[in-house]
Amino acid sequence: FIRFPLYVWFEGMENPGYRSGSFDGLHHPSDDDDDDEMVDIAGATLDFSSTDDVPPLSTGSSAGMNGNGPSKLVDPLEDLVPGVGTYEDFNTIDWVREKSKDRDRHREITNKSRQSTVALLHSLCDAFSGWLLMLLVGLMSGALAGGIDIAAHWLSDLKGGVCLTDFWFNHEHCCWMSNETFQERDRCPEWQSWAELITGKSEGAFAYIMNYMMYIFWALLFSLLAVTLVRAFAPYACGSGIPEIKTILSGFIIRGYLGKWTLIIKTITLVLAVSSGLSLGKEGPLVHVACCCANILCHLFTKYRKNEAKRREVLSAAAAVGVSVAFGAPIGGVLFSLEEVSYYFPLKTLWRSFFAALVAAFTLRSINPFGNSRLVLFYVEFHAPWHLVELAPFVLLGIFGGLWGALFIRANIAWCRRRKSTRLGHYPVIEVLVVTAMTALLAFPNSYTRMSGAELISELFNDCSLLDSSQLCGYKQPANTTDTGVGNSLADRPAGENLYTALWQLALALIFKMLITVITFGMKVPSGLFIPSMAVGAIAGRLLGVGMEQLAYYHHDWVIFKGWCSQGADCITPGLYAMVGAAACLGGVTRMTVSLVVIMFELTGGLEYIVPLMAATMTSKWVADAFGREGIYEAHIRLNGYPFLEPKEEFEHSSLAVDVMRPRRSDPALAVLTQDGMTVGEVETLVESTHYSGFPVVVSQESQRLVGFVFRRDLLISIDNARKRQEGIVSTSQVFFSEHAPSQPPDAPPPLRLRGIMDLSPFTVTDHTPMDITVDIFRKLGLRQCLVTHNGRLLGIITKKDILKHMAQIANRDPDSILFN
Amino acid sequence: KMKSVFVLEIFSLACFVLLSQVSAKNAEDVRCKCICPPYRDVKGQIYKNNVTLKDCNCLHVVDPMPVDGKDVEAYCLRCECKYEERSSGTIKFTIIMYLSILGLLLLYMVYLTLLEPILKRRLFGHSQLIQSDDDVGDQQPFANAHNVLSRSHSRPNVLNKVEHAQQRWRRQVQEQRKSVFDRHVVLS
Repeated sequence: FIRFPLYVWFEGMENPGYRSGSFDGLHHPSDDDDDDEMVDIAGATLDFSSTDDVPPLSTGSSAGMNGNGPSKLVDPLEDLVPGVGTYEDFNTIDWVREKSKDRDRHREITNKSRQSTVALLHSLCDAFSGWLLMLLVGLMSGALAGGIDIAAHWLSDLKGGVCLTDFWFNHEHCCWMSNETFQERDRCPEWQSWAELITGKSEGAFAYIMNYMMYIFWALLFSLLAVTLVRAFAPYACGSGIPEIKTILSGFIIRGYLGKWTLIIKTITLVLAVSSGLSLGKEGPLVHVACCCANILCHLFTKYRKNEAKRREVLSAAAAVGVSVAFGAPIGGVLFSLEEVSYYFPLKTLWRSFFAALVAAFTLRSINPFGNSRLVLFYVEFHAPWHLVELAPFVLLGIFGGLWGALFIRANIAWCRRRKSTRLGHYPVIEVLVVTAMTALLAFPNSYTRMSGAELISELFNDCSLLDSSQLCGYKQPANTTDTGVGNSLADRPAGENLYTALWQLALALIFKMLITVITFGMKVPSGLFIPSMAVGAIAGRLLGVGMEQLAYYHHDWVIFKGWCSQGADCITPGLYAMVGAAACLGGVTRMTVSLVVIMFELTGGLEYIVPLMAATMTSKWVADAFGREGIYEAHIRLNGYPFLEPKEEFEHSSLAVDVMRPRRSDPALAVLTQDGMTVGEVETLVESTHYSGFPVVVSQESQRLVGFVFRRDLLISIDNARKRQEGIVSTSQVFFSEHAPSQPPDAPPPLRLRGIMDLSPFTVTDHTPMDITVDIFRKLGLRQCLVTHNGRLLGIITKKDILKHMAQIANRDPDSILFN
Repeated sequence: KMKSVFVLEIFSLACFVLLSQVSAKNAEDVRCKCICPPYRDVKGQIYKNNVTLKDCNCLHVVDPMPVDGKDVEAYCLRCECKYEERSSGTIKFTIIMYLSILGLLLLYMVYLTLLEPILKRRLFGHSQLIQSDDDVGDQQPFANAHNVLSRSHSRPNVLNKVEHAQQRWRRQVQEQRKSVFDRHVVLS
């Protein structure tokens, strides 16, 4: 009766689900039937040769031991070799090892803390070090972001003119106390444009041409400085940084990417790149700057310096800080880090990220870069209501955003691929200069492209009131103005001359921005994507909004307008349309969902607009997903061939582990080390003749029973160290991984014990494990490699790179595009 | 050593942020800006004055009141007054620091690309040391190079260390440049 369930279980095992897919005919079908029954124990012990066995851990001796990881069963002498446990550049970390190292460290501190007061204090300090680190990260990032904002404002105003009284003020601050006229804001005697300074005239064709020339000159100078600084000091400072940070957070190592030179150069050149008039933003690079700050500050704390997994927790929080200072949206920043950037996001990190983001936002507010305690330039202040009928144009904006997102990603990836493979990539400096010249040449005549992206968005989000005199608010005054109007809200009015001019200028600006951003993003200067996408969406939204407004004014007796939009009421707010359009376009490009809505809602400060924003964002994501599942950052990860296992994708193919593992049929046999019986010379030859980053250790070549796994780097470092430090180690010394040294003739050189560097608990799957479970294991545990066994014997190995290549092959992509492992 | 420098920098930044709050506000750094739209015959105007927060309203700021007594209330109702503060010290400090760091970096770049090769050639032109930038460095098992290099005791130790660190950093930057700009392996 006890056996009955066993048989039932085995019956179930023979389902086609477990046997489908091809597998190498390594065993005959008759063997399978014998193995699957597994009741005949006598047959199964035929292979065992007990002389090779190291007896398993007895429960008595392990009662006193805490950890099951390799570090606890180690000879203390071997633990002190420096360099063991570190990783090479462009390799993936071993999450399991790092996490268990941290757990052991924590356990040791907790145990020691019961012994003395000093140790108790030490354990308290250790617990608080995380919070102190978050505080420092928030302070440093907030201060840097404030500095970047102030410097970028000043430098971009420098293209137009200079403040004569105090040269460090930008245009707005130069005219702080002087009189302005209502029609021409920001004109004052202290601020002079370059034409006025050089020629003495401020109007006329010659002054215009002079201003044009100086604008182009300054733009070229700034971008030349930016690209030469990047090239000379920190080539890793170019681009946005978010794709690489995503990959780093999933376990990849890029040495120097988050270093101090990269930080300095990225900060300086970001200001230069943004001020040069190029169509790029600074949000993505601010995330990189914040992560650099976090990485540098991690070096102050041993807990984070030595452990790669803990460091990535801090980097996740730093990504939240980056978005928080860029948009003044702490909650949106945390959600962005959770949704877009992080790979493993434990709940503890959630609370700490929020804390760091708040500290950074508070620091930024106290630096006050925009002069009125605002955190972002385009903060929206209106609270006008919207009507259900307006959901239709909002969904339309969502469709536009999705279409533009899909188109932009395809075009940008094609352009970047061309830059990667053809001669275009050999001239980065000239490319930057040409693009800047083109942008400056075409942007200056149109006042909407001449202003910076953030200013444009701010003007488009603005709801027109009586106090505005800009072109976009150039409505015709109706004949019968009421003099006793309350407040400044205005009824819908017909468009005047100025507004028509603004509309066609905006349409031209839209086309220009759509085309120029494709070639600007990805250049060898720090470039972000958020502001240009939002600008495109805001222009489209505003155009639609003004169109709707005019439609409502001229046809207020139509069915759709009748109920709610009577004549003289202020029913349509074009600023809201601009906001929804900006969210739709940004969502279409990056495929952000929750974080985008929360960022936009924090920008407006009100809950009224959540429904339109959600409608537009969802529509844009669905439309864009219909064309391609990846956002811009995943597309760039794929373009660069980073080993990033996408956590959101489902692996749908029904292959087995044995299909993906190496060695394949035609490959040479698996390179293994034996538990004993190999000499130092043999081990070195094996390691140097292959490129594998790790080797399984088996009991013997005949039995192929698994003992553990050892990394290449640790092996080389240990052997090198042993040759230098330990006496008597030569090329004929025996290497052993077992607990006790093997018996040797008395004149043999002393053996080398390498059990300390071996991982005694490598993860294994059987050859019949379906690939979707294997991929799930890789994702959830953060594995780098997994051994494949058959009937307890080692068969092969699956690495992350093999999985990525397999997935590429299934999707009909080039498997050789996965470059790193 | 770099660590302590960085800690110092962070502290100075934090201190500055706090100081800018505490320091006495320049009278020029606060203002009340009132924007008044056109009203009947009166054109739209902007008024500015440096008053405190409690005095920031239409009656205190709009100094030559353009309308008569009974219309003042209606006129002022349409005006919008905002109180704004800034810290000109922070702005000045930031801009000057930015420009100086930029200038230093440019000078260093000019020094590295133009002046250093000339200086090196003048100083070591006569010696037999193999001074090339592509030197692998400490992993070479050449005992010879060790002997040769250890003979240069004439230079003090600190300069040696700085030189060594700088060589290592330049090698790193070269590697980065190769992967990003030449082979387009990362960050394409």
